[in-house]
Amino acid sequence: MNFTLKVWRQKNPNNAGRFRTYAATDISSDTSFLEMLDIVNEQLIERGDDPIAFDHDCREGICGTCGCVINGFAHGHQEGTTLCQLHMRSFDDGQVIWIEPWRARAFPLITDLMVDRSSFDTIIQAGGFISIRTGSPPDGNAIPIPKDESDAAFEAAACIGCGACVASCPNASAMLFVSAKITQLGLVPQGQPERWDRVKSMVAAMEEAGFGACTNHGECEAACPKEIPMDLIARLNRDLVCSMVKK
Amino acid sequence: MATVALKFYSTSIGKKVVMAITGLTLAGFLLVHALGNLQLLWGPARLNAYAAKLQSMGPLVWAFRLTLLAAVALHAFSAVLLWLQNRASRPVRYQVQQYRETSYAARTMIWGGPIIALFVIYHLLHFTTGHAHGTFVKGDVYANVTVGFRVWWIAILYIVANMMVAFHLYHGMWSWLQTLGANHPKYNHWRQIFAAAFAGVVGGINIFLPLVVLLGIRK
Ligand code: HEM
Ligand code: FES
Repeated sequence: MNFTLKVWRQKNPNNAGRFRTYAATDISSDTSFLEMLDIVNEQLIERGDDPIAFDHDCREGICGTCGCVINGFAHGHQEGTTLCQLHMRSFDDGQVIWIEPWRARAFPLITDLMVDRSSFDTIIQAGGFISIRTGSPPDGNAIPIPKDESDAAFEAAACIGCGACVASCPNASAMLFVSAKITQLGLVPQGQPERWDRVKSMVAAMEEAGFGACTNHGECEAACPKEIPMDLIARLNRDLVCSMVKK
Repeated sequence: MATVALKFYSTSIGKKVVMAITGLTLAGFLLVHALGNLQLLWGPARLNAYAAKLQSMGPLVWAFRLTLLAAVALHAFSAVLLWLQNRASRPVRYQVQQYRETSYAARTMIWGGPIIALFVIYHLLHFTTGHAHGTFVKGDVYANVTVGFRVWWIAILYIVANMMVAFHLYHGMWSWLQTLGANHPKYNHWRQIFAAAFAGVVGGINIFLPLVVLLGIRK
């Protein structure tokens, strides 16, 4: 298969960036999107050009490191899929493919397609944890949790923190990410002691980082590779309101 | 208490909650207003008697008006603050951006709002104070409305403005449920149906009435 790539190239945050056009030729349809970029990069290196910098790690859809906006879709057009799990067979032969980094004030660009997502880490550090005395592991079922609640908590815990929700949101809002963490911890007994402080400090960190506000477009849940539903945002809203009254 | 409220309002969720409560207040008014106006179909006696009864409530009328005014002010103020925050959150825009789930109604909330506000000002000058009405007769609501809507471009103006109202309500009436945290997997699909029905009833009546007069069905 052959493709024309329009790739955002930018040396560093202080340089102006621009789109550059590359040809990706003779690509097997079983190639993943990132492997396709690897092939293009090898040709760039042979020519003495700088390879395209992009984020990746596990390449099996579980770490949340990869991600670019492909033809206007975060992680590409295929639903419930990270960029590393997207294959070239889902594109048309000869297609023009626009490749852009996540765009958000809270995700400053590092170089080319790589952005700095440490604002997500800051939000987690503000309360996305439980404070317990660690020791030898407790027995598996020492704390009983209703099945439907543990399932719902697990569904929220599937969030890999890739940032596609922010990237796809017309307002660059991080509400889906924060709501996933609030739900995951708020549904299980271990998360209760810090529940109301957690929501306050995580929301404060989110606002501080410069994310936008949710206006209920729903683009986040459509882009999320783990298909986290935006219902969780309603839960986040509810928890923040309750936290104001609780103490 | 005041500091808690301010701290809450400083978050985007706090501003959204204020928008949801004020928006719901305004939407409730719109529904009652539209249902009341439907009495136009029964003729002058019924409509004018209804208007006179409302006016006879004395200080309550002003309490109502001030509540609505405060709701509009808080709603619009919060909308502008959130809009500024959202504009600042993506300094570099995408070359290509595709949408999968958002609606036309959701994307035009911030433009629909001010247009509705301008229309409401005109509407008050037209039918409440009469400044924008050639032959205004205080108390004869039926005559004011039918004479007003017989001018074709005024009727069209009302129809177009109320299409914007319907769009705003279509997104707003499910948005407030999400904002106030009213969700349950069992009932969530009803939120969209409720919003469409609400927007349909309010928008429908408000578009129907100018149409009825314009087409000469009520004179
Ligand atoms: C007839 C008067 C109006 C009614 C009935 C109304 C109703 C509503 C409702 C129910 C919401 C949803 C609240 C939420 O959960 O966010 C909303 C949102 C909104 N309204 Fe209004 N509103 C009115 C006028 C205005 C005006 C004058 C503005 C001027 C700026 C405005 C701008 C907005 C914006 C920007 C949103 C947020 C949209 C979003 O969350 O996507 N509205 N409105
Ligand atoms: S590289 Fe780990 S999720 Fe894509």
